[in-house]
Amino acid sequence: MNIIACVKQVPDTEAQIKVKADGSGIEEGQIKWVMNPYDEFGVEEALKLKEKNGGDVTIVCVGPARAMETIRTALAMGADKGVHISDPAFDNADAYVIANALAAVIKTLPHDIIFCGQRAIDDDAGQVGAMLAEALNVPQLTIVTKLEYAGSSVKVIRPIEGAQLSIETALPCVVTCQKGLNEPRYASLPGIMKAKKKPVDVKNAAAIGVATDAKAKVAKTVPPPARPPGKIVCGDEPAQKAAELGRLLREEAKAI
Amino acid sequence: MAKGVMIVAEQRDGALRKISLELASTARKLADQTGDEVSAILLGAGIEGLAAELGKFGVDKVFVGDNAALEPYVTEAHADATAKIIKDNDPAIVLFGASVQGKDLSARVAAKLATGLATDCTDVKVDGGKMVATRPMYAGKCFGEIVIEATPQIASLRPNVFPAAENAKAGAVTKVDVAVEAQKSKVLEVQKDTSGKVDLTEANVIVSGGRGMKGPDEFKILEELADVLKGTVGASRAAVDAGWRPQKDQVGQTGKVVSPNLYIACGISGAIQHLAGMSSSKCIVAINKDAEAPIFTKADYGVVDDLFKVVPELTAVCKKLVA
Repeated sequence: MNIIACVKQVPDTEAQIKVKADGSGIEEGQIKWVMNPYDEFGVEEALKLKEKNGGDVTIVCVGPARAMETIRTALAMGADKGVHISDPAFDNADAYVIANALAAVIKTLPHDIIFCGQRAIDDDAGQVGAMLAEALNVPQLTIVTKLEYAGSSVKVIRPIEGAQLSIETALPCVVTCQKGLNEPRYASLPGIMKAKKKPVDVKNAAAIGVATDAKAKVAKTVPPPARPPGKIVCGDEPAQKAAELGRLLREEAKAI
Repeated sequence: MAKGVMIVAEQRDGALRKISLELASTARKLADQTGDEVSAILLGAGIEGLAAELGKFGVDKVFVGDNAALEPYVTEAHADATAKIIKDNDPAIVLFGASVQGKDLSARVAAKLATGLATDCTDVKVDGGKMVATRPMYAGKCFGEIVIEATPQIASLRPNVFPAAENAKAGAVTKVDVAVEAQKSKVLEVQKDTSGKVDLTEANVIVSGGRGMKGPDEFKILEELADVLKGTVGASRAAVDAGWRPQKDQVGQTGKVVSPNLYIACGISGAIQHLAGMSSSKCIVAINKDAEAPIFTKADYGVVDDLFKVVPELTAVCKKLVA
């Protein structure tokens, strides 16, 4: 099987996000960068498929030079090779540009199935998987929590509001991964040593021949709206506090 | 020139979903600023009757694509039909719901139309003839103001944030022939959740528990409070990772980002990744023994006490209040 897993490097979930004073983005100085947690599920699922069915796993990533670390992490987990699409021209790229860049590379590689995270925890856009599927003209299965491979097709579970869908799709297709799909492995020490020697192809925008002008632009980044300071509910006993809280929620907040 | 605001309505089992009315109402507000029309796309089988309800919430014209092959929802069939109707009618702005289906569909449609998309927006306005969409990023640790440099300008709106207000318009039906090609994907089964609980992303009230709940059985007291308030129970990552609650209940940066009217956090210390997922809630209550817990920095009302004593009392109080 020829399996592709797309990864993105993002700030750790514990990161404090500080907006630049001029609103042009966030301060990156103190941030610890990690593989997008949803992409880890994609890498893990790719490795599981390979272990069961043979084949190889290629990691494709758009990101600045530091994103190489994330590609190496995926290789240390067990992926075979990587393609790093790196160019300052992608610094302000939107999902449309990224999806087309990924597609340009993936079109040159044999591919039976392509994994993405269901969203990246930085911009939270959740668009790349579907846009990539469109660019490759293949079906998409988004927000998947279970996958069974059956030769020329896959069967997946997709939770939606108040229900679960079981869907069957012909390969090739794009699958976007949700928590619950699997438990991503940690890279072993031998894995980390081996990863250093695995091939990673670095390509710039010109080499893959895609436009880099974003269709959706972040005109301004702002801090979240400030919340007015809260109240500590007074009372001697839990029952008194509960009664006072109930009163406040009813009369002041009009929340119940 | 592109003109007007179009919404992509969402229905399930022959009923409009609430987000569709939120979209209609929001589109009406935007269109009224420029004196434009609001139109809607409605796809499915035997759903023409729903157009009238869209009209009630401000839609002038409804493009109805009625075809058995559009039911249940399959991405590629809906994306082809939606993109075609958009192309044929050339709206300036298109709004989707940021529901699971809306997110799946909007990104595919935006790619088909080679335009940009602002996902999961909490505010949209028109400024100088252009849409400006505000959306949380980093799960709400900051917000981005998005402009789309292509036509149409597409945004998906977070459920439960935009009010649905009645504003009667014609809701006139235009039937559209929707040709559906053979699909590569097939829905084999729809397994409905029989709990009768609203999904966290659409709930008006959420009662959430964290590590302080001490175990899975203790969530019963949260279920009882949630039942009284017609709410849904959520959980922190700690509670989900401990196996006390299913993954679908997780609120936070790697779970669901929620904006209910009332969020009651019980025994949740308030790790930054949890705060990110719930801080856009309208009213936040924290119940925790530890007065120093970070959750209190986000709470409108804090109760510093043992949740196992406070929650059952609060359930009793609420029972009387809502009676």
